[in-house]
Amino acid sequence: MCLAIPGKLITITGQLDETFRFGKVSFGGIMKEVNLSMVPEAQVGDYVLVHVGVAISVVDEEEALKTFEYIKQIGELNELNEDEMPSTNQQLKQS
Amino acid sequence: MKYLSEYRDLTLVTELVEDIKAITTKSWTIMEVCGGQTHSLVKNGLLEMLPNEITMVHGPGCPVCVTPISIIDEAIMLSKKSEVILCSFGDMLRVPGSDKSLLEAKSEGADVRMVYSPLDAVRLAKDNPDREVVFFAVGFETTAPANALSVIQANKSRLKNYSILASHVLVPPAMEAILSDPETTVNAFLAAGHVCAIMGIDEYYPIAEKYKVPIVVTGFEPVDLLQGIYMTVKQLEVGESKVENQYARVVQREGNLLAKDVIDKVFEVSDRDWRGIGTIPSSGWEVSNRFQQYNARKKFHLQPIEVKENQNCMAGEIMKGKKKPFDCPLFGKACNPEHPQGAPMVSSEGSCAAYYHYSNSNNMVAENN
Ligand code: SF4
Repeated sequence: MCLAIPGKLITITGQLDETFRFGKVSFGGIMKEVNLSMVPEAQVGDYVLVHVGVAISVVDEEEALKTFEYIKQIGELNELNEDEMPSTNQQLKQS
Repeated sequence: MKYLSEYRDLTLVTELVEDIKAITTKSWTIMEVCGGQTHSLVKNGLLEMLPNEITMVHGPGCPVCVTPISIIDEAIMLSKKSEVILCSFGDMLRVPGSDKSLLEAKSEGADVRMVYSPLDAVRLAKDNPDREVVFFAVGFETTAPANALSVIQANKSRLKNYSILASHVLVPPAMEAILSDPETTVNAFLAAGHVCAIMGIDEYYPIAEKYKVPIVVTGFEPVDLLQGIYMTVKQLEVGESKVENQYARVVQREGNLLAKDVIDKVFEVSDRDWRGIGTIPSSGWEVSNRFQQYNARKKFHLQPIEVKENQNCMAGEIMKGKKKPFDCPLFGKACNPEHPQGAPMVSSEGSCAAYYHYSNSNNMVAENN
């Protein structure tokens, strides 16, 4: 659960105030809402390392793609599929 | 090995293994701290490729594993309150407490939900104003910014029905606890890359200096790990004990300052119990005074519970690097991922579970003898 997964910043969806910024990040097609407060320098099109919904650094594209491929191969992308819509009480996925 | 043969850097891996062999003349014990690294070493068969002189031991770097049973019991107790929605990461819901796991509590009717991020838990609180949402916040330094941000976000949105049950653990004090054990066999550390992406590397200089151990900040992919091991062995062979950064493409010396700032606001350092190891002074984070209204322990007046660990489990010895999972008589018998008897068997990032799932046991038993 400690891995940070690289994804591509697709859009900036909101800015609550000067610190709270959100965006949509694509992880090989799986889209997630991500908090961008820790990476004010990140722009649309950049690759960011994301850990449990928060981007922790900006990485270059080549590094991002290579790492993503590796994480996919070792089967560690499961967490991205965990409870997309917390407000609807989904069945827990047993993986 | 299946994964490694598909890995595009296979030639690089083979070359690095040769490089390590070429410089190794003595026996060395190296500990990787991060459970993700343990997982990667075992799953990719890297342990079997290393020269016999090099023993990798696996540190306490899986936050799910080191969360004490007593705190899991607290979370289960909270989940039984009718007003509470208890949420956490998937891994954490599967770990058994003294009697059951949160997932089992759910099947008995508790409102337990799996979330991808603590920020989802805040949204859940917003959407359910008549309920109390408690996020079971476990993790190392890497996870702390997200958990801290959830508190700040709840505070900004003036939510009164959100709180966290914090069980945060810190890497450097655990390394010190391991090194200050007079029986320690650890000669060097691979420090955890993603932890350092947040915290930077400055905390490691005094440790390297005081205990005369090389510390190499390392990533978690096979090439990273082998490079980290190579850099470590190179230092060991000439008697050096420096802090080096193998993972410079992600880790900056000062870490992520904004993240550290948010952590400083929301958390303060506290003593922490580590499952299988015991209390390590100043080795965790608890919700700071300023944000007490978001501390589930305070909000629900939780009292610490005493729970006994299985006496036959050797988790402490394993996480301190003195023993390997195969040395444990319960391994794979009374203790398996379905019925874990101790910390390192509870999640796939724990060393006992990693060995159970992926290792070619014959090889590794032979290697140990
Ligand atoms: S195999 Fe099980 S009982 Fe043995 S040390 Fe590992 S977790 Fe403990």
